[in-house]
Amino acid sequence: MNEHSNVSILKSAIWGFASQLRSMYMIFMHSFRKRDTLLYPEEKVPLPARYRGRIVLTRDPDGEERCVACNLCAVSCPVGCISLQKAEREDGRWYPDFFRINFSRCIFCGMCEEACPTNAIQLTPDFEMAEYNRQNLVYEKEHLLIDGVGKYHDYNFYRVSGMAIAGKPKGTAQHEDLPVDVRGLMP
Amino acid sequence: MSQETLLPAFITPDIVAVFVAVLKAVVILVATLAFAGFLTFVERRVLALWQDRYGPNRVGPFGIFQLIADVIKLLMKEDWTPPFADKLTFWLAPVIAMSVLLISVAIVPITPDWGVTDMHIGVLFFLAMAGISVYAVLFAGWSSNNKYSLLGGMRSAAQTISYEVFMGISIMGVVALAGSFNMREIVAAQQHGWFVFPQIVGFLTFFIAGVAVAHRTPFDLPEAESELAAGYHTEYSGMKWVMFFVSEYVGLILISALTVTLFFGGWHPPAAFGYQLFPTVLNHVPAFIWFMAKTIFFILIFILLRASLQRPRYDQVMAAGWKVCLPFSLFNLLLTGVWILMYDPISGG
Repeated sequence: MNEHSNVSILKSAIWGFASQLRSMYMIFMHSFRKRDTLLYPEEKVPLPARYRGRIVLTRDPDGEERCVACNLCAVSCPVGCISLQKAEREDGRWYPDFFRINFSRCIFCGMCEEACPTNAIQLTPDFEMAEYNRQNLVYEKEHLLIDGVGKYHDYNFYRVSGMAIAGKPKGTAQHEDLPVDVRGLMP
Repeated sequence: MSQETLLPAFITPDIVAVFVAVLKAVVILVATLAFAGFLTFVERRVLALWQDRYGPNRVGPFGIFQLIADVIKLLMKEDWTPPFADKLTFWLAPVIAMSVLLISVAIVPITPDWGVTDMHIGVLFFLAMAGISVYAVLFAGWSSNNKYSLLGGMRSAAQTISYEVFMGISIMGVVALAGSFNMREIVAAQQHGWFVFPQIVGFLTFFIAGVAVAHRTPFDLPEAESELAAGYHTEYSGMKWVMFFVSEYVGLILISALTVTLFFGGWHPPAAFGYQLFPTVLNHVPAFIWFMAKTIFFILIFILLRASLQRPRYDQVMAAGWKVCLPFSLFNLLLTGVWILMYDPISGG
Protein backbone atom coordinates (compact mmCIF):
# COMPACT_ATOMS: atom_id res chain seq x y z
CA MET A 1 0.00 0.00 0.00
CA ASN A 2 1.20 3.48 -0.78
CA GLU A 3 2.45 4.97 2.43
CA HIS A 4 0.99 8.39 1.70
CA SER A 5 -2.42 7.28 0.56
CA ASN A 6 -5.42 8.64 2.38
CA VAL A 7 -6.51 5.17 3.45
CA SER A 8 -3.17 4.62 5.13
CA ILE A 9 -3.37 7.92 7.00
CA LEU A 10 -6.90 7.13 8.13
CA LYS A 11 -5.90 3.67 9.23
CA SER A 12 -2.88 4.88 11.17
CA ALA A 13 -4.95 7.65 12.75
CA ILE A 14 -7.58 5.24 14.01
CA TRP A 15 -5.01 2.66 15.07
CA GLY A 16 -2.91 5.27 16.84
CA PHE A 17 -5.99 6.66 18.57
CA ALA A 18 -6.95 3.21 19.85
CA SER A 19 -3.43 2.52 21.05
CA GLN A 20 -3.35 5.83 22.93
CA LEU A 21 -6.68 5.06 24.56
CA ARG A 22 -5.18 1.77 25.63
CA SER A 23 -2.14 3.41 27.18
CA MET A 24 -4.43 5.87 28.98
CA TYR A 25 -6.38 2.93 30.39
CA MET A 26 -3.17 1.21 31.46
CA ILE A 27 -1.91 4.34 33.21
CA PHE A 28 -5.27 4.79 34.90
CA MET A 29 -5.08 1.28 36.31
CA HIS A 30 -1.98 2.41 38.18
CA SER A 31 -4.39 4.17 40.55
CA PHE A 32 -4.91 0.82 42.23
CA ARG A 33 -1.29 -0.20 42.49
CA LYS A 34 0.97 -0.01 45.47
CA ARG A 35 3.13 3.08 45.41
CA ASP A 36 6.82 2.51 45.02
CA THR A 37 7.90 5.47 47.09
CA LEU A 38 9.22 4.80 50.59
CA LEU A 39 8.17 7.63 52.92
CA TYR A 40 11.72 7.80 54.18
CA PRO A 41 11.94 9.47 57.56
CA GLU A 42 8.94 7.47 58.82
CA GLU A 43 9.71 4.25 56.96
CA LYS A 44 13.33 3.19 57.13
CA VAL A 45 15.18 1.94 54.09
CA PRO A 46 15.96 -1.77 54.25
CA LEU A 47 19.75 -1.81 54.03
CA PRO A 48 21.71 -4.96 53.21
CA ALA A 49 23.99 -6.26 55.94
CA ARG A 50 27.08 -5.41 53.91
CA TYR A 51 25.94 -1.85 53.16
CA ARG A 52 28.91 0.50 53.29
CA GLY A 53 27.93 3.32 55.61
CA ARG A 54 29.30 4.97 58.73
CA ILE A 55 32.79 3.69 59.65
CA VAL A 56 33.43 2.26 63.12
CA LEU A 57 36.44 0.96 65.00
CA THR A 58 35.71 -2.36 66.67
CA ARG A 59 37.12 -4.10 69.70
CA ASP A 60 38.33 -7.67 70.01
CA PRO A 61 36.39 -10.26 72.07
CA ASP A 62 38.39 -9.30 75.15
CA GLY A 63 37.22 -5.71 74.88
CA GLU A 64 40.58 -4.28 73.78
CA GLU A 65 40.97 -2.05 70.77
CA ARG A 66 41.62 -4.03 67.60
CA CYS A 67 43.38 -1.21 65.80
CA VAL A 68 47.14 -1.55 65.84
CA ALA A 69 47.78 1.82 64.16
CA CYS A 70 49.46 0.25 61.14
CA ASN A 71 48.30 3.14 58.88
CA LEU A 72 47.26 0.78 56.06
CA CYS A 73 43.74 2.24 56.08
CA ALA A 74 45.09 5.76 55.79
CA VAL A 75 47.36 4.67 52.95
CA SER A 76 44.60 2.86 51.08
CA CYS A 77 42.09 5.65 51.45
CA PRO A 78 41.66 7.16 47.98
CA VAL A 79 40.55 10.52 49.30
CA GLY A 80 42.90 10.61 52.26
CA CYS A 81 40.26 11.21 54.88
CA ILE A 82 41.84 9.02 57.61
CA SER A 83 44.63 10.19 59.83
CA LEU A 84 46.03 8.51 62.93
CA GLN A 85 49.07 8.42 65.15
CA LYS A 86 50.64 5.25 66.54
CA ALA A 87 51.25 4.82 70.26
CA GLU A 88 52.40 1.84 72.30
CA ARG A 89 51.06 0.50 75.56
CA GLU A 90 53.28 -0.76 78.34
CA ASP A 91 52.42 -4.36 77.52
CA GLY A 92 53.67 -3.87 73.96
CA ARG A 93 50.34 -3.54 72.19
CA TRP A 94 50.16 -0.85 69.57
CA TYR A 95 47.15 1.43 69.48
CA PRO A 96 46.22 4.70 67.78
CA ASP A 97 46.91 7.74 69.89
CA PHE A 98 44.31 9.57 67.84
CA PHE A 99 42.21 8.28 64.99
CA ARG A 100 40.36 10.80 62.85
CA ILE A 101 38.05 10.27 59.87
CA ASN A 102 36.80 13.26 57.96
CA PHE A 103 33.39 12.09 56.77
CA SER A 104 32.89 15.15 54.65
CA ARG A 105 35.66 13.67 52.47
CA CYS A 106 34.89 9.98 52.88
CA ILE A 107 33.39 8.28 49.82
CA PHE A 108 32.48 5.08 51.69
CA CYS A 109 34.42 2.92 49.25
CA GLY A 110 35.42 0.39 51.92
CA MET A 111 39.09 0.28 50.92
CA CYS A 112 40.10 0.88 54.53
CA GLU A 113 38.08 -2.11 55.66
CA GLU A 114 39.71 -4.28 53.00
CA ALA A 115 43.17 -3.07 53.90
CA CYS A 116 42.81 -3.53 57.65
CA PRO A 117 44.92 -6.50 58.81
CA THR A 118 43.17 -6.72 62.18
CA ASN A 119 39.50 -6.27 61.08
CA ALA A 120 39.41 -3.19 63.29
CA ILE A 121 37.93 -0.69 60.88
CA GLN A 122 34.53 -1.70 59.53
CA LEU A 123 31.72 -0.08 57.56
CA THR A 124 28.19 -0.33 58.94
CA PRO A 125 24.70 -0.07 57.39
CA ASP A 126 24.00 3.46 58.60
CA PHE A 127 23.98 6.58 56.47
CA GLU A 128 22.07 9.05 58.64
CA MET A 129 25.05 11.24 59.42
CA ALA A 130 23.79 14.64 58.23
CA GLU A 131 25.10 17.63 60.17
CA TYR A 132 24.36 21.33 60.00
CA ASN A 133 28.00 22.12 60.74
CA ARG A 134 30.59 20.65 58.44
CA GLN A 135 33.14 20.46 61.24
CA ASN A 136 30.91 17.99 63.04
CA LEU A 137 31.58 15.50 60.28
CA VAL A 138 35.15 15.07 61.49
CA TYR A 139 34.89 12.03 63.76
CA GLU A 140 37.49 11.45 66.44
CA LYS A 141 38.38 8.15 68.02
CA GLU A 142 35.76 8.46 70.76
CA HIS A 143 33.10 8.82 68.07
CA LEU A 144 34.41 5.92 66.01
CA LEU A 145 35.20 3.33 68.65
CA ILE A 146 32.35 0.99 69.49
CA ASP A 147 32.10 -1.57 72.29
CA GLY A 148 31.35 -4.53 70.02
CA VAL A 149 33.25 -6.86 67.74
CA GLY A 150 31.46 -5.92 64.52
CA LYS A 151 31.28 -8.52 61.80
CA TYR A 152 34.00 -10.86 63.18
CA HIS A 153 32.95 -12.22 66.54
CA ASP A 154 35.96 -14.37 67.45
CA TYR A 155 38.83 -12.63 65.80
CA ASN A 156 41.56 -11.39 68.11
CA PHE A 157 44.66 -10.19 66.31
CA TYR A 158 47.13 -10.63 69.18
CA ARG A 159 45.94 -14.23 69.73
CA VAL A 160 46.82 -15.25 66.16
CA SER A 161 49.74 -13.03 65.34
CA GLY A 162 53.34 -13.78 66.16
CA MET A 163 54.02 -10.49 67.83
CA ALA A 164 55.11 -10.81 71.42
CA ILE A 165 53.34 -8.76 74.01
CA ALA A 166 53.30 -8.91 77.76
CA GLY A 167 51.63 -12.17 78.84
CA LYS A 168 52.04 -13.71 75.36
CA PRO A 169 55.58 -14.47 74.39
CA LYS A 170 56.73 -15.66 70.96
CA GLY A 171 55.22 -18.94 69.79
CA THR A 172 52.22 -19.04 72.08
CA ALA A 173 49.62 -17.77 69.67
CA GLN A 174 46.95 -20.04 68.22
CA HIS A 175 48.22 -22.45 65.55
CA GLU A 176 51.75 -21.32 66.31
CA ASP A 177 54.80 -23.37 67.23
CA LEU A 178 57.55 -22.20 69.49
CA PRO A 179 60.36 -20.49 67.58
CA VAL A 180 63.03 -22.77 66.18
CA ASP A 181 66.48 -22.32 67.68
CA VAL A 182 68.39 -21.78 64.43
CA ARG A 183 71.76 -22.15 66.18
CA GLY A 184 70.94 -25.53 67.74
CA LEU A 185 71.83 -28.83 66.07
CA MET A 186 68.78 -30.81 67.07
CA PRO A 187 65.56 -30.42 65.12
CA MET B 1 -42.61 50.05 47.83
CA SER B 2 -41.66 49.91 51.46
CA GLN B 3 -38.09 49.09 50.53
CA GLU B 4 -37.72 52.32 48.59
CA THR B 5 -38.46 54.31 51.67
CA LEU B 6 -35.84 52.46 53.69
CA LEU B 7 -33.02 52.71 51.15
CA PRO B 8 -31.36 55.92 49.92
CA ALA B 9 -32.81 57.24 46.69
CA PHE B 10 -29.79 56.44 44.47
CA ILE B 11 -30.07 52.71 45.15
CA THR B 12 -32.46 51.72 42.43
CA PRO B 13 -33.14 48.09 41.47
CA ASP B 14 -30.85 48.59 38.48
CA ILE B 15 -27.95 49.62 40.67
CA VAL B 16 -28.55 46.65 42.94
CA ALA B 17 -28.62 44.33 39.93
CA VAL B 18 -25.35 45.77 38.65
CA PHE B 19 -23.79 45.43 42.07
CA VAL B 20 -24.91 41.80 42.40
CA ALA B 21 -23.64 41.01 38.90
CA VAL B 22 -20.25 42.55 39.66
CA LEU B 23 -20.10 40.66 42.94
CA LYS B 24 -20.90 37.39 41.17
CA ALA B 25 -18.26 38.10 38.54
CA VAL B 26 -15.66 38.78 41.24
CA VAL B 27 -16.63 35.59 43.06
CA ILE B 28 -16.26 33.59 39.83
CA LEU B 29 -12.90 35.27 39.12
CA VAL B 30 -11.53 34.55 42.57
CA ALA B 31 -12.92 31.03 42.57
CA THR B 32 -11.36 30.33 39.16
CA LEU B 33 -7.98 31.64 40.29
CA ALA B 34 -8.13 29.72 43.56
CA PHE B 35 -9.16 26.58 41.71
CA ALA B 36 -6.34 27.08 39.21
CA GLY B 37 -3.87 27.45 42.06
CA PHE B 38 -5.24 24.40 43.82
CA LEU B 39 -4.98 22.45 40.57
CA THR B 40 -1.20 22.83 40.67
CA PHE B 41 -1.30 20.71 43.80
CA VAL B 42 -4.01 18.34 42.56
CA GLU B 43 -2.15 17.71 39.33
CA ARG B 44 1.05 16.83 41.14
CA ARG B 45 -0.75 14.45 43.49
CA VAL B 46 -2.81 12.76 40.79
CA LEU B 47 0.13 12.54 38.41
CA ALA B 48 2.10 10.96 41.22
CA LEU B 49 -0.71 8.46 41.88
CA TRP B 50 -0.58 7.32 38.26
CA GLN B 51 3.19 7.06 38.39
CA ASP B 52 3.15 5.03 41.63
CA ARG B 53 4.57 7.92 43.64
CA TYR B 54 3.11 10.10 46.38
CA GLY B 55 3.74 13.65 45.21
CA PRO B 56 3.75 16.56 47.66
CA ASN B 57 2.28 15.11 50.86
CA ARG B 58 4.23 16.85 53.60
CA VAL B 59 2.66 20.27 54.13
CA GLY B 60 -0.54 19.81 56.10
CA PRO B 61 -2.87 16.79 55.89
CA PHE B 62 -2.27 15.02 52.55
CA GLY B 63 -0.15 18.02 51.59
CA ILE B 64 -3.10 20.31 50.89
CA PHE B 65 -1.18 23.33 52.16
CA GLN B 66 1.51 22.78 49.54
CA LEU B 67 -0.10 25.58 47.55
CA ILE B 68 0.47 28.04 50.40
CA ALA B 69 4.08 26.96 50.69
CA ASP B 70 4.52 27.37 46.94
CA VAL B 71 2.95 30.82 46.97
CA ILE B 72 5.21 31.95 49.81
CA LYS B 73 8.22 30.63 47.96
CA LEU B 74 7.22 32.29 44.69
CA LEU B 75 6.51 35.62 46.37
CA MET B 76 9.97 35.58 47.91
CA LYS B 77 11.66 34.80 44.61
CA GLU B 78 13.45 37.54 42.76
CA ASP B 79 11.35 38.79 39.87
CA TRP B 80 14.17 39.25 37.43
CA THR B 81 14.04 40.87 34.05
CA PRO B 82 17.10 39.93 32.03
CA PRO B 83 19.13 42.91 30.78
CA PHE B 84 19.04 41.57 27.22
CA ALA B 85 15.25 41.28 27.17
CA ASP B 86 12.88 43.66 25.47
CA LYS B 87 11.31 45.19 28.58
CA LEU B 88 7.86 46.21 27.38
CA THR B 89 6.92 42.98 25.61
CA PHE B 90 8.63 40.98 28.32
CA TRP B 91 6.25 42.52 30.85
CA LEU B 92 3.27 42.42 28.52
CA ALA B 93 3.42 38.70 27.72
CA PRO B 94 2.38 37.27 31.13
CA VAL B 95 -0.32 39.91 31.48
CA ILE B 96 -1.81 38.86 28.14
CA ALA B 97 -1.44 35.17 28.98
CA MET B 98 -3.37 35.45 32.20
CA SER B 99 -5.95 38.12 31.36
CA VAL B 100 -7.01 36.64 28.02
CA LEU B 101 -7.82 33.24 29.47
CA LEU B 102 -9.51 34.73 32.53
CA ILE B 103 -11.66 36.90 30.26
CA SER B 104 -12.64 33.79 28.32
CA VAL B 105 -13.91 32.21 31.54
CA ALA B 106 -16.56 34.96 31.52
CA ILE B 107 -18.52 33.24 28.75
CA VAL B 108 -18.85 29.94 30.61
CA PRO B 109 -22.38 29.45 31.95
CA ILE B 110 -21.90 27.71 35.26
CA THR B 111 -25.50 27.30 36.44
CA PRO B 112 -28.79 28.89 35.28
CA ASP B 113 -28.12 31.74 37.73
CA TRP B 114 -24.35 31.95 37.70
CA GLY B 115 -22.11 33.14 34.93
CA VAL B 116 -20.38 36.41 34.17
CA THR B 117 -21.78 37.38 30.80
CA ASP B 118 -24.50 36.13 28.49
CA MET B 119 -23.08 37.04 25.11
CA HIS B 120 -24.75 36.32 21.82
CA ILE B 121 -21.34 35.56 20.34
CA GLY B 122 -19.99 33.53 23.25
CA VAL B 123 -18.33 30.87 21.14
CA LEU B 124 -16.79 33.41 18.79
CA PHE B 125 -15.55 35.41 21.77
CA PHE B 126 -13.73 32.36 23.09
CA LEU B 127 -12.17 31.69 19.69
CA ALA B 128 -11.04 35.32 19.47
CA MET B 129 -9.50 35.21 22.94
CA ALA B 130 -7.77 31.92 22.15
CA GLY B 131 -6.35 33.63 19.09
CA ILE B 132 -5.01 36.52 21.19
CA SER B 133 -3.45 34.13 23.68
CA VAL B 134 -0.92 33.21 20.99
CA TYR B 135 0.52 36.69 21.39
CA ALA B 136 1.43 35.99 25.01
CA VAL B 137 3.63 33.09 24.01
CA LEU B 138 4.96 34.86 20.93
CA PHE B 139 5.85 38.00 22.91
CA ALA B 140 7.43 35.95 25.68
CA GLY B 141 9.49 33.94 23.22
CA TRP B 142 10.57 36.97 21.21
CA SER B 143 11.29 39.39 24.04
CA SER B 144 13.30 36.89 26.08
CA ASN B 145 16.06 37.14 23.46
CA ASN B 146 16.87 33.50 24.02
CA LYS B 147 16.94 30.91 21.30
CA TYR B 148 15.05 28.28 23.28
CA SER B 149 12.35 30.76 24.18
CA LEU B 150 12.13 31.83 20.55
CA LEU B 151 11.84 28.23 19.40
CA GLY B 152 9.10 27.67 21.97
CA GLY B 153 7.27 30.79 20.89
CA MET B 154 7.56 29.87 17.22
CA ARG B 155 6.29 26.35 17.83
CA SER B 156 3.45 27.69 19.90
CA ALA B 157 2.38 30.14 17.23
CA ALA B 158 2.36 27.48 14.52
CA GLN B 159 0.67 24.91 16.74
CA THR B 160 -2.01 27.19 18.11
CA ILE B 161 -2.88 28.68 14.73
CA SER B 162 -3.10 25.23 13.13
CA TYR B 163 -5.24 23.82 15.89
CA GLU B 164 -7.52 26.82 16.24
CA VAL B 165 -8.56 26.34 12.61
CA PHE B 166 -10.30 23.05 13.24
CA MET B 167 -11.18 23.95 16.83
CA GLY B 168 -13.54 26.55 15.41
CA ILE B 169 -14.82 24.18 12.75
CA SER B 170 -15.45 21.41 15.28
CA ILE B 171 -17.55 23.75 17.42
CA MET B 172 -19.57 24.82 14.40
CA GLY B 173 -21.41 21.48 14.37
CA VAL B 174 -22.66 22.22 17.88
CA VAL B 175 -23.51 25.78 16.90
CA ALA B 176 -25.47 24.52 13.93
CA LEU B 177 -27.41 22.03 16.03
CA ALA B 178 -28.17 24.58 18.74
CA GLY B 179 -28.80 27.32 16.22
CA SER B 180 -26.92 29.85 18.32
CA PHE B 181 -23.50 31.12 19.32
CA ASN B 182 -24.89 31.88 22.76
CA MET B 183 -23.46 29.52 25.37
CA ARG B 184 -26.64 29.50 27.44
CA GLU B 185 -28.74 28.60 24.43
CA ILE B 186 -26.29 25.85 23.54
CA VAL B 187 -26.68 24.45 27.06
CA ALA B 188 -30.46 24.81 26.90
CA ALA B 189 -30.52 22.90 23.60
CA GLN B 190 -28.86 19.94 25.32
CA GLN B 191 -31.51 19.38 27.96
CA HIS B 192 -32.90 16.38 26.08
CA GLY B 193 -29.68 15.11 24.55
CA TRP B 194 -26.04 15.97 24.99
CA PHE B 195 -24.31 17.08 21.82
CA VAL B 196 -21.48 14.63 22.37
CA PHE B 197 -23.59 11.81 20.93
CA PRO B 198 -24.48 13.33 17.54
CA GLN B 199 -21.19 15.29 17.50
CA ILE B 200 -18.72 12.64 18.68
CA VAL B 201 -16.24 13.54 15.94
CA GLY B 202 -16.65 17.20 16.75
CA PHE B 203 -16.04 16.45 20.41
CA LEU B 204 -12.88 14.47 19.74
CA THR B 205 -11.41 17.10 17.44
CA PHE B 206 -12.39 19.90 19.82
CA PHE B 207 -10.80 18.07 22.73
CA ILE B 208 -7.57 17.47 20.83
CA ALA B 209 -7.51 21.11 19.75
CA GLY B 210 -8.22 22.14 23.32
CA VAL B 211 -5.23 20.18 24.56
CA ALA B 212 -3.10 21.89 21.94
CA VAL B 213 -4.39 25.38 22.66
CA ALA B 214 -3.94 24.94 26.40
CA HIS B 215 -0.34 23.74 25.75
CA ARG B 216 -0.95 20.58 27.71
CA THR B 217 1.00 17.37 27.25
CA PRO B 218 1.07 15.70 24.69
CA PHE B 219 0.94 19.03 22.81
CA ASP B 220 3.29 20.85 25.15
CA LEU B 221 5.89 21.50 22.48
CA PRO B 222 6.05 25.24 23.23
CA GLU B 223 7.39 24.51 26.70
CA ALA B 224 8.88 21.07 26.20
CA GLU B 225 11.04 20.73 29.29
CA SER B 226 13.27 18.07 27.87
CA GLU B 227 14.14 19.83 24.63
CA LEU B 228 13.60 23.56 25.13
CA ALA B 229 14.38 24.05 28.83
CA ALA B 230 10.84 25.31 29.54
CA GLY B 231 10.47 27.00 26.15
CA TYR B 232 8.98 30.44 26.02
CA HIS B 233 9.12 31.09 29.78
CA THR B 234 12.73 30.06 30.29
CA GLU B 235 13.74 33.61 31.23
CA TYR B 236 10.78 34.26 33.51
CA SER B 237 10.89 34.05 37.28
CA GLY B 238 8.90 35.12 40.30
CA MET B 239 5.43 36.53 39.83
CA LYS B 240 5.65 36.86 36.06
CA TRP B 241 6.34 33.15 35.82
CA VAL B 242 3.47 32.51 38.21
CA MET B 243 1.16 34.36 35.84
CA PHE B 244 2.16 32.04 33.00
CA PHE B 245 1.78 29.07 35.28
CA VAL B 246 -1.65 30.08 36.54
CA SER B 247 -2.75 30.89 33.00
CA GLU B 248 -1.87 27.32 32.01
CA TYR B 249 -4.21 26.02 34.67
CA VAL B 250 -6.89 28.57 33.91
CA GLY B 251 -6.66 27.33 30.33
CA LEU B 252 -7.06 23.77 31.61
CA ILE B 253 -10.19 24.77 33.55
CA LEU B 254 -11.49 26.79 30.60
CA ILE B 255 -11.12 23.99 28.06
CA SER B 256 -12.70 21.49 30.45
CA ALA B 257 -15.59 23.84 31.22
CA LEU B 258 -16.12 24.56 27.51
CA THR B 259 -16.07 20.85 26.69
CA VAL B 260 -18.74 20.34 29.31
CA THR B 261 -20.76 23.29 28.11
CA LEU B 262 -20.58 22.56 24.40
CA PHE B 263 -20.77 18.78 24.35
CA PHE B 264 -21.78 17.44 27.76
CA GLY B 265 -24.87 19.43 28.51
CA GLY B 266 -23.48 22.03 30.90
CA TRP B 267 -25.46 21.75 34.11
CA HIS B 268 -27.95 19.22 32.72
CA PRO B 269 -28.03 15.62 33.95
CA PRO B 270 -27.17 12.88 31.45
CA ALA B 271 -29.46 12.70 28.44
CA ALA B 272 -29.13 11.30 24.93
CA PHE B 273 -31.48 11.67 21.95
CA GLY B 274 -34.41 12.60 24.17
CA TYR B 275 -33.87 9.84 26.71
CA GLN B 276 -32.77 10.82 30.20
CA LEU B 277 -30.84 8.69 32.63
CA PHE B 278 -32.83 8.17 35.86
CA PRO B 279 -34.66 11.50 35.52
CA THR B 280 -36.50 11.09 38.80
CA VAL B 281 -33.29 10.83 40.80
CA LEU B 282 -30.68 12.76 38.86
CA ASN B 283 -32.85 15.81 38.19
CA HIS B 284 -32.68 16.60 41.90
CA VAL B 285 -28.90 16.95 41.87
CA PRO B 286 -28.08 20.69 41.91
CA ALA B 287 -26.96 22.24 38.64
CA PHE B 288 -23.67 23.39 40.11
CA ILE B 289 -22.78 19.85 41.19
CA TRP B 290 -23.36 18.57 37.65
CA PHE B 291 -21.25 21.28 36.12
CA MET B 292 -18.39 20.93 38.60
CA ALA B 293 -18.40 17.13 38.50
CA LYS B 294 -18.17 17.10 34.72
CA THR B 295 -15.51 19.81 34.66
CA ILE B 296 -13.41 18.01 37.23
CA PHE B 297 -13.80 14.81 35.24
CA PHE B 298 -12.36 16.48 32.16
CA ILE B 299 -9.57 18.09 34.16
CA LEU B 300 -8.65 14.63 35.39
CA ILE B 301 -8.75 13.36 31.81
CA PHE B 302 -6.32 16.15 30.91
CA ILE B 303 -4.00 15.06 33.71
CA LEU B 304 -4.36 11.43 32.64
CA LEU B 305 -3.37 12.45 29.13
CA ARG B 306 -0.29 14.11 30.54
CA ALA B 307 0.53 11.04 32.60
CA SER B 308 0.17 8.55 29.78
CA LEU B 309 0.96 10.03 26.38
CA GLN B 310 4.33 10.96 24.95
CA ARG B 311 5.06 14.21 23.20
CA PRO B 312 4.91 13.83 19.40
CA ARG B 313 7.49 15.28 17.08
CA TYR B 314 6.79 18.76 15.78
CA ASP B 315 6.03 17.64 12.22
CA GLN B 316 3.77 14.91 13.60
CA VAL B 317 1.80 17.54 15.49
CA MET B 318 1.36 19.52 12.29
CA ALA B 319 0.46 16.42 10.27
CA ALA B 320 -2.10 15.27 12.83
CA GLY B 321 -3.67 18.70 12.84
CA TRP B 322 -3.87 19.40 9.13
CA LYS B 323 -4.14 15.90 7.66
CA VAL B 324 -6.37 14.15 10.18
CA CYS B 325 -8.25 16.49 12.48
CA LEU B 326 -9.08 19.20 9.94
CA PRO B 327 -10.62 16.76 7.40
CA PHE B 328 -12.50 14.98 10.17
CA SER B 329 -13.96 18.19 11.55
CA LEU B 330 -14.86 19.45 8.07
CA PHE B 331 -16.53 16.13 7.30
CA ASN B 332 -18.38 16.33 10.61
CA LEU B 333 -19.60 19.83 9.84
CA LEU B 334 -20.71 18.72 6.38
CA LEU B 335 -22.65 15.76 7.78
CA THR B 336 -24.25 17.94 10.43
CA GLY B 337 -25.32 20.42 7.78
CA VAL B 338 -26.76 17.68 5.60
CA TRP B 339 -28.63 16.19 8.55
CA ILE B 340 -30.09 19.55 9.55
CA LEU B 341 -31.17 20.31 6.00
CA MET B 342 -32.82 16.91 5.60
CA TYR B 343 -34.62 16.50 8.90
CA ASP B 344 -34.79 19.84 10.65
CA PRO B 345 -34.42 22.68 8.19
CA ILE B 346 -36.19 25.18 10.45
CA SER B 347 -33.91 24.91 13.46
CA GLY B 348 -30.90 25.06 11.22
CA GLY B 349 -31.94 28.56 10.24
